[in-house]
Amino acid sequence: MVETQKVDLTHVKPYGDTMNDGMVQLGFTLPVPAGDEAVEAARQLARKMGFDEPAVVYHKDLGIGYTYFVVYGKTTHTVDFTKIEVPKVDVDVLSKEEVEAYIKDNIKRKVVIVGACTGTDAHTVGIDAIMNMKGYAGHYGLERYEGVEAYNLGSQVPNEELVAKAIELNADAILVSQVVTQKDVHIPNLTQLVELLEAEGIRDKVVLTCGGPRINHELAKELGYDAGFGTGSYAEDVATFVVTEIVNRGLV
Amino acid sequence: MSKLNLDQKLIDSSRNAAKTIAEEVQKFIDGHTTTTTERTITRLLGVDGVDEIDKPLPNVVVDNIKEGGGLERGAAYWIGNAVVNTGLTPQEIAEKIATGEIDITRLPVAEEGKIRETIYEMAEKTVEKIKVNRKKREEYLNTIGEGEKPYLYVIVATGNIYEDIIQAQAAARQGADVIAVIRTTGQSLLDYVPYGPTTEGFGGTYATQENFKLMRRALDEVGEEVGRYIRLTNYCSGLCMPEIAAMGAMERLDMMLNDALYGILFRDINMQRTLVDQYFSRVINGFAGIIINTGEDNYLTTDDAVEAAHTVLASQFINEQFALKAGIPEEQMGLGHAFEMDPDVEDGFLLELSQAQMAREIFPKAPLKYMPPTKFMTGNIFKGHIQNAMFNMVSIMTNQGIQLLGMLTEAIHTPHLHDRYLSIENAKYIFSNARSLGDEIEFKEGGIIQSRAQEVLKNAESLLTQIEKEGLFQTIEQGKFGGVKRSRTGGKGLDGVAKKDSGYFNPFIELMLGGDR
Repeated sequence: MVETQKVDLTHVKPYGDTMNDGMVQLGFTLPVPAGDEAVEAARQLARKMGFDEPAVVYHKDLGIGYTYFVVYGKTTHTVDFTKIEVPKVDVDVLSKEEVEAYIKDNIKRKVVIVGACTGTDAHTVGIDAIMNMKGYAGHYGLERYEGVEAYNLGSQVPNEELVAKAIELNADAILVSQVVTQKDVHIPNLTQLVELLEAEGIRDKVVLTCGGPRINHELAKELGYDAGFGTGSYAEDVATFVVTEIVNRGLV
Repeated sequence: MSKLNLDQKLIDSSRNAAKTIAEEVQKFIDGHTTTTTERTITRLLGVDGVDEIDKPLPNVVVDNIKEGGGLERGAAYWIGNAVVNTGLTPQEIAEKIATGEIDITRLPVAEEGKIRETIYEMAEKTVEKIKVNRKKREEYLNTIGEGEKPYLYVIVATGNIYEDIIQAQAAARQGADVIAVIRTTGQSLLDYVPYGPTTEGFGGTYATQENFKLMRRALDEVGEEVGRYIRLTNYCSGLCMPEIAAMGAMERLDMMLNDALYGILFRDINMQRTLVDQYFSRVINGFAGIIINTGEDNYLTTDDAVEAAHTVLASQFINEQFALKAGIPEEQMGLGHAFEMDPDVEDGFLLELSQAQMAREIFPKAPLKYMPPTKFMTGNIFKGHIQNAMFNMVSIMTNQGIQLLGMLTEAIHTPHLHDRYLSIENAKYIFSNARSLGDEIEFKEGGIIQSRAQEVLKNAESLLTQIEKEGLFQTIEQGKFGGVKRSRTGGKGLDGVAKKDSGYFNPFIELMLGGDR
């Protein structure tokens, strides 16, 4: 019996069916007509991407002189897992009940949270998942939290309107959802909100978070937000951050 | 023949309630007009183009009418009066309004009979043009033919009409039957229609008449090549519903998303405004032979697909009645629904099958528009591809009409070229491999599938009889559809609604609804 190789965390490689085989699957299209030359082009491209023994296992003419490929290759690159640092929302996530208890014990009043899908974005699936009563995938939304007053303003809310509403409701926290991120339209939009809040002098008085499939905590911090939530975040992740941040920043 | 053993009395009662609901709203519609309705009339009378600050001339004309306090009388009257006074064409009059040479409500008042005569003559010419377009489509269908139902419907959304054309032609060669050009994010809230070919958009491409024309030409070209007529779809919704319908009728579009309830609930457009807009837009779509697609599927993205299934059916009944009022035959009613149940629901496939079969049986002639899973697509493209396969399976088993193909990369990005290919391949495989399955199977009496459909129908019937009592406006105010509440005076566009006065007329409604189609 040959023992299997142990993982070397300083030189991590993809795992296909054997440690360190480096196997990666790729799917892409090249704007060239299907044929032997196209297959060779895909193979050469994969090699330039750092793949050994690239195998074009499937290709298909897409009808306009373009060709789609499925390619496997063994990557020659590794990463040092021991040196990796990822900024994260640094709180232990509380359950809905724990959040409710935390509000009762530490904040002792209703927490007002205003959320919206802002700018031109019409896709409310993210903000609805976090805020609506029903929530998402069994995780109840903020509307259902005791001690939370949640206002979901819906889609295509101008930043100005969101800020006005936050002032009117004396909001403790603002949640912004950005789903449409084509051509990075979310970046200037998110930045403008921060500028508006600063101009109104309330940036320090609210907990400001954003979320969406292309949002992460690091990007959010860079843009001047307190936290960012990516795919796979639920109401309790956001709620935990908001309530603990309120207490930590003395906004009670 | 019903596979679901549905109670015909409940279906009849639902339909009757929906009819009363639509009639109530129609009374309101008949008494009112809107800015975009009048801009549509202006367009149909031949006004196009923009002024020096890129403001569309139909807006220039109607704003001038509105500022002069003449909206209640309607654009047909004022343009007719101006033509009689000046001997100019509507286009020349619009240009002179733009330069300030004409103030349309300040011209001398001509004899009303003369005004009407002038306008009807022009209107008949436009209506004839639209009829020619409809004939051209029929001719294509009779010569090169079309794909088998369910039609494979895919979207393109690059923001650049020329890039869209490349993708659309590729999709057609791969087997797509219908190409929808998604509009740029936010266009539904513009109170004007942009002009000319466009190459910049977010998440979609501007709907402009020139873009319609360019895509139409490209699809005719590729359609002739592949030997199938390729249908073109756009979005007749938002604040310019009837204007988009008019542009679509003139450029021979084949399908239009066209649903006031969708705009009210999901774009926060004022309900009075958009119901009036919807009526004229549907009259145009009906006359132009355009299949409308309704937006019930969207309720299930905000509400739960298992719990709210009856709201979809109720809304389909209402949409059917609104469509009939606007002269849309059943064959042009692409009533919407969706495969949006949580994939973790045990026997969820059976519930989806039940819902789809129920819609099929209740609206037997409608080319139902079936929407793919979106809400529970995760970024796991492999599972997503299977979810789409399950969706395709339901569709072929229940004989749906228009299959909006799910993309494995839903929730990640607008479709890449090969995403569309993979989706088309998925659908073609399943539709061919299980083509006659629906004809071979029956459902167990009193089983899960039958019972579920019966329950949904019962709930829809009770919702409809309740709406019949309370009225549609109140029902929306209470948040019965999609779990979204909208107020009668809230939302966007109410300032564009006006009560018609006794001298108001819209020649196109009369010409399109009545007589020779």
